[in-house]
Amino acid sequence: MIRLDNVSKSYGGSIIIDSVSLTIPGNQTTVLIGPSGAGKSTVLALIDGIEAPDSGTIMIGCDPLTPGSAPQLRRRMGYVIQDGGLFPHLTSRQNIDLMAKEAGWPLLQRRARVDELCALTRFPANALERYPAELSGGQRQRVSLMRALMLDPPILLMDEPLGALDPVIRAELQDDLKAIFSRLTKTVVLVTHDISEAAFLGSTIILMRAGHIVQQGHFRDLVARPGDPFVSQFIHAQLRRLTTMNEGAMQSFLRHR
Amino acid sequence: MKLGKVGLILAMAAAAALMVVTADAGPEIRIGSKKFTESVILAELASKLCASAGANAVHLPGLGGTRFLWDALLAHEIDVYPEYTATLREEILAGERIAGEGGLETALAKRGLRMSRPLGFSDSYALGMMPQKAQQLGITKISGLAPHHSLRFGLSDEFINRADGWPALRAAYQLNPADVRGLDHDIAYKGLAEGAIDVIDLYTTDAEIGYYGIQILDDDRHVFPANEAVLIYRAELEQRAPKAIQAMRRLEGRIGNAAMRSMNSAVKIGRRSETDVAAWFVAANFGVAEAGSTDTLAGRLLRRTIEHLRLTLLSLAAAIVIALPLGIIAARRPKAGQAILALVSILQTIPSLALLVFMIPILGIGAPPAIAALFLYSLLPIVRNTASGLSSIPLSIRNSAIALGLSPVRCLQLVELPMASPAILAGIKTAAVINVGTATLGALIGAGGYGQPIFTGVRLDNFGLILEGAVPAALLALAVQGLFELAEHYLVPRGLRLRRETPP
Ligand SMILES: Nc1ncnc2c1ncn2[C@@H]1O[C@H](COP(=O)(O)OP(=O)(O)OP(=O)(O)O)[C@@H](O)[C@H]1O
Ligand SMILES: [Mg+2]
Repeated sequence: MIRLDNVSKSYGGSIIIDSVSLTIPGNQTTVLIGPSGAGKSTVLALIDGIEAPDSGTIMIGCDPLTPGSAPQLRRRMGYVIQDGGLFPHLTSRQNIDLMAKEAGWPLLQRRARVDELCALTRFPANALERYPAELSGGQRQRVSLMRALMLDPPILLMDEPLGALDPVIRAELQDDLKAIFSRLTKTVVLVTHDISEAAFLGSTIILMRAGHIVQQGHFRDLVARPGDPFVSQFIHAQLRRLTTMNEGAMQSFLRHR
Repeated sequence: MKLGKVGLILAMAAAAALMVVTADAGPEIRIGSKKFTESVILAELASKLCASAGANAVHLPGLGGTRFLWDALLAHEIDVYPEYTATLREEILAGERIAGEGGLETALAKRGLRMSRPLGFSDSYALGMMPQKAQQLGITKISGLAPHHSLRFGLSDEFINRADGWPALRAAYQLNPADVRGLDHDIAYKGLAEGAIDVIDLYTTDAEIGYYGIQILDDDRHVFPANEAVLIYRAELEQRAPKAIQAMRRLEGRIGNAAMRSMNSAVKIGRRSETDVAAWFVAANFGVAEAGSTDTLAGRLLRRTIEHLRLTLLSLAAAIVIALPLGIIAARRPKAGQAILALVSILQTIPSLALLVFMIPILGIGAPPAIAALFLYSLLPIVRNTASGLSSIPLSIRNSAIALGLSPVRCLQLVELPMASPAILAGIKTAAVINVGTATLGALIGAGGYGQPIFTGVRLDNFGLILEGAVPAALLALAVQGLFELAEHYLVPRGLRLRRETPP
């Protein structure tokens, strides 16, 4: 469980996170969603202790997160940064097992763990010796995910892991992620722009706008009992277009039969 | 880590270079000379004789002007150099109004110095004409010039301006020529030979006298003071290297005007090296044969290459050791970074010659001040490239390194330095290439290296000698460049090269 209490953060005078309180339940997937610039990435950075809040407290499990405790607490968290953050000078394998090596894992154990993760994320083993520049976008995302999972942390923070992927790969990875999450039973916090992705992957959805939490709940709740006009607006902006386009596509599909 | 390896290799090469140059026996005697042929020959003669008495004689040729050598002698940086009595009396010790030879010796003794007896020749000012013209007018003495107002005088600027030069001469002989112009000394000779001018000033030992067959006019009213060549040396040398001093003083009274003129001429006109000419002279006059001479082209090249490499490698290694941390600090702390970069940039703007000269009061002459100056020059490219290489790493990379749990130090070692390595290597390469070029200037303060033949060649107007230094220097710069390109290939992680080849 992760808890934020009255957490605020500002950059250069403008308030980015405005007195946010929220609880992220353990062992399930929570999706942070909201328009660009809402502060989603900042919330993840705060949880990981990369950024320190100006005020408020953050609890990771039962431990308060402070600049002093952050290095320690961070070991419980795997963090996939918004654009992957892979080290370009290291191969996929070196990226993945860097921390295990630092922790002194023997070679065989590291190899076994990487093989396991390749199977889990359906990453082709022959691409392990390639550099990030030699991988496709989807493969890079898988490497980032493996790197975050390497030391088997109980918490997984993922910032738009499926951004900038083509729809087919994206759907495939969504399936994979869902399978992985259900298999691993971790506390997952995932950021996305996409409401259908949020609905598909998350048990809880947190909708953010301009540094505030607008509503937190199941997708059903957000649709059925929007706490704010913005909620329905945000959900329907994406779904309506999809439905109308689907209808059009369906009709032309039927016509041409 | 790979950059560490480079540093280690450089440090080892530098240490090896240092050792090669410091092996030799016998008391060391450092002999300096001024920046003109005659002085270099005299110092070379002294050095050969010292060496024949078992001393480890080191000649630092063409160091600079009178003041420079005098100060170097007082500061114990050299032990011996050739000087002239009139220069001592009227220039160096002008304030003390010294009369007689005894006076000069006392004045020197007060400063812990000794003077040899005159070597034989006197290097005074004189006037010269082409013999045909002189005969035609019946002139043999300077006093004979007075009636001929139409003679064209071409005098060196220094001579015109020195109180004991033209003004004194003019007053003593009541000369009143219509046409007196200031000329460069070398051009004056050519003008005289071609008949464009009739009378020039000269030094009595100038090589050109014999070459052009110039007639020297007798100074019948004794306006020009005798200016006898002597060797001055530090007094303690008589205890430290008595045999060498004794050997060196065998030159006393042995070099006449004609002998000196012919040696000057052998170098300036005959294009032989000062070393050669001096070797011939000591062999002919004192039966001293060259012992274990390394003065073949290959030997000279090897010696200079070692000297040059020593200058560049030591300074570069030191610069890497200091500049890398400075660059890291500059990238981490922008405020301090600005100060650091400003400071090393200011160092860069000091002209290299000036920087070399600044180093002399602190480190003396020879290799150490040259290495220090080169070190200071090498800082900027390395600091700047390290700092910019590190700061150009995207924030997301740094954040993901921290998020993974790397400590700041490990993050620097495993992620940031390798990612900045192309920029850092490029900085080191720039420093090294500049260093190889600038190190040639070290020859001006006695550091040796490829600059030695270059500056001797410039002094003697000998293109062959200039090439002997310039070509290896250029080749070395190219080799350094090539070596770094190779190193880049081997040291820069392949993943980074990929990224540069395929723009995102
Ligand atoms: N280091 C920083 N310095 C200054 N401003 C920042 C910094 N990081 C984020 N911001 C600002 O904070 C706001 C929220 O940024 P954040 O990255 O959290 O948004 P986001 O919800 O993740 O957006 P996106 O969906 O586009 O990724 C933005 O307006 C951004 O410009
Ligand atoms: Mg974001």
